[in-house]
Amino acid sequence: MLNKLRDPELGKRILSKLVPLAREAARLLGRPAIFMEVCGTHTMAIARSGLRSLLAGSLELRSGPGCPVCVTDQGDIDKVIALAAARHDLVIGTFGDMLRVPGTNSSLEQERARGARVEIFYSPAEAVTFAAGHPRDEVVFLGVGFETTAPAVALSVAAARSRDLKNYSVLSFHKTVPTVLEILLSDPELKIDGLILPGHVCTVTGRKAFDFVSTKFNVPAVVAGFEPVDLMEAAYLLLKQIVSGRAETVNGYPRLVREEGNNKAKEIMKEYFKPVDVQWRGFGMVPQSGLALQERFSLYDAAVKFPVEVSESPPPRGCACGDVLKGKIVSSDCPLFARKCTPLQPVGPCMVSTEGACAAYYQYEWSKTGSRGNIGG
Amino acid sequence: MAEEKDKDIVLLSHGDGGLLTHQLLQDFFLRYFKNDLLDSLTDAAVFSSEPGRMAISTDAFVVDPVFFPGGDIGKLAVCGTINDLAVSGAQPLYLTASFVIEEGFPFADLEKIIASMANTCRVAGVQIIAGDTKVVGRGQADKVYITTTGVGYLLPGANLGYQRLEPGDKVLVNGCLGNHGLAILLQREALGLDSQIISDCAPLSIMTTEILKRFKGIKLMRDLTRGGLATNAKEIAMSSGVDFWLDEAALPVEDSVKGITELLGLDPLYLANEGKFLIVVAAEEAGELLRYLREDWSAEYACQIGDIQAGKGNVYLRTALGGARQLNMMAGAPLPRIC
Repeated sequence: MLNKLRDPELGKRILSKLVPLAREAARLLGRPAIFMEVCGTHTMAIARSGLRSLLAGSLELRSGPGCPVCVTDQGDIDKVIALAAARHDLVIGTFGDMLRVPGTNSSLEQERARGARVEIFYSPAEAVTFAAGHPRDEVVFLGVGFETTAPAVALSVAAARSRDLKNYSVLSFHKTVPTVLEILLSDPELKIDGLILPGHVCTVTGRKAFDFVSTKFNVPAVVAGFEPVDLMEAAYLLLKQIVSGRAETVNGYPRLVREEGNNKAKEIMKEYFKPVDVQWRGFGMVPQSGLALQERFSLYDAAVKFPVEVSESPPPRGCACGDVLKGKIVSSDCPLFARKCTPLQPVGPCMVSTEGACAAYYQYEWSKTGSRGNIGG
Repeated sequence: MAEEKDKDIVLLSHGDGGLLTHQLLQDFFLRYFKNDLLDSLTDAAVFSSEPGRMAISTDAFVVDPVFFPGGDIGKLAVCGTINDLAVSGAQPLYLTASFVIEEGFPFADLEKIIASMANTCRVAGVQIIAGDTKVVGRGQADKVYITTTGVGYLLPGANLGYQRLEPGDKVLVNGCLGNHGLAILLQREALGLDSQIISDCAPLSIMTTEILKRFKGIKLMRDLTRGGLATNAKEIAMSSGVDFWLDEAALPVEDSVKGITELLGLDPLYLANEGKFLIVVAAEEAGELLRYLREDWSAEYACQIGDIQAGKGNVYLRTALGGARQLNMMAGAPLPRIC
């Protein structure tokens, strides 16, 4: 199946239909249609496949709030860094993406160099195994992610409970996607003609959870997988809706996404987490869009076990990560992009995360010596 | 004197220059690295050289873990320096090796590493002719660090340099990419993936010497170590002021490497190799060089991966769909993604 989806000939066939349709949509709209992908993995797939260059001039693809590291609030980043700095007796467990994300004055990587203990884990389960194997260490796992990651983190708490581990806790910065999309789509400044919905998130939430995009906001939406062919098909389905004047939320990833989603994963999320108001980078407070551990699991809640207060800091001066995440600008429009902000010296998280829009753009699509954005050869 | 229970591990006193140091040299290093120049144990190895230009290179090896599928830190320390000389157009002759050993390191492991170095030297036809051993306290080093320095003479016909690159030249690699970096990462992170990824760690000097003698159209070679193909190609492009155009569909990557890197969110084009090198060759010799690598050197996955075009120092990848994207230098170590 995957080989078929990666077949370049199939891709080229879809492309040959896609481009004329995009031109037709552009004629109707009076400008090229703008589609937003709401998943960091989509952002990377688009960059790596060269899709943007193939569609240049007839269709614009723009990133949204789909990178969980990027949307983590500066204050939350500062809290983790402060905890790592103050408590060298703790082991901060994290996915690799978080290591270099800059806080106001430092990063986990810098604190590690100063003596903090920071371990990179590939899964929350691995962090639990580490805690079990190091009973004298107190492991704090950073729960950063959307509906895709949250069930696995809930399961790690379940595993720690069943093994009666007292040295494992989770600092939950999890966020849910539908709520922030409501905020985004309510923004009168936003010019988005269609949404490419996150396939991984939808395997948990189900397609129906995003029906509001088309019913409430009259914006076409397609759930997409992660192969170039998936993304081209999603763009095709969106364009067809624009050309025929429809707006529906379509499942373009039926091999994994169901109408209702994964009930088991949803149940375990509900059992362990409760919705709370949280700050999103670039969006501010989004009501009931965060996931905190339920009170009955407070033994495993690092926010309760190791409370940290940090003073509020403004985002770095000039950093436009917020506008990038809202799709208001593309990365190269940020005044810091590739000047003060590079992957080696990132100012904002969009330049750090492997799923960040600016990192993808810098890595794959931007040239210091060539012209920007035009690499069609 | 060491107590009986400590006989299997390196002690601080093995580095104090006394009897135990002498024993360490005799029982391990001299036993495996035996040759006339080293055996004399003088303060410096003295040797004659042929007239012509010499090449010298040095590198420190601090790999963790010290044993990995397909190699170990010793093999790496020999291959790494030999290969730096080899891709510079030099025939490596001699190596020196300096060891920093952590107190408590098992002799059994040290012996495996030294034996592996000796074996790799034999394969590549080089000798270790001088060395040094230091032992540091527990925690002051991580198991063992090795620094090797290599000297060799430049092959008279070799004429390699950034300035020779010109539009139309072809770009080749001698085999599949990404294996070493991934093998190390999988060992290090204990991901529980049941994989058979083997490092490609190997000395290249015999192959490079032969191809340089036969193919005068070879203009540049580069071993694709840290930063992988992408970073190294970008460095060459920037230094020579031409553009590289690579074909995604032509890049040789093993299916298992492709699968695991996708799962982890890594890019095989940025992973280190220890037995792979890039060759820029004049178009008219590219086909014959490729045939020679594949048939006479059994480099069955050797490929032409792209060509050189006039430009400004960029590296472009033609994607399978016909699009294009840039390859830039790696920024920081490759890290796995969240979801």
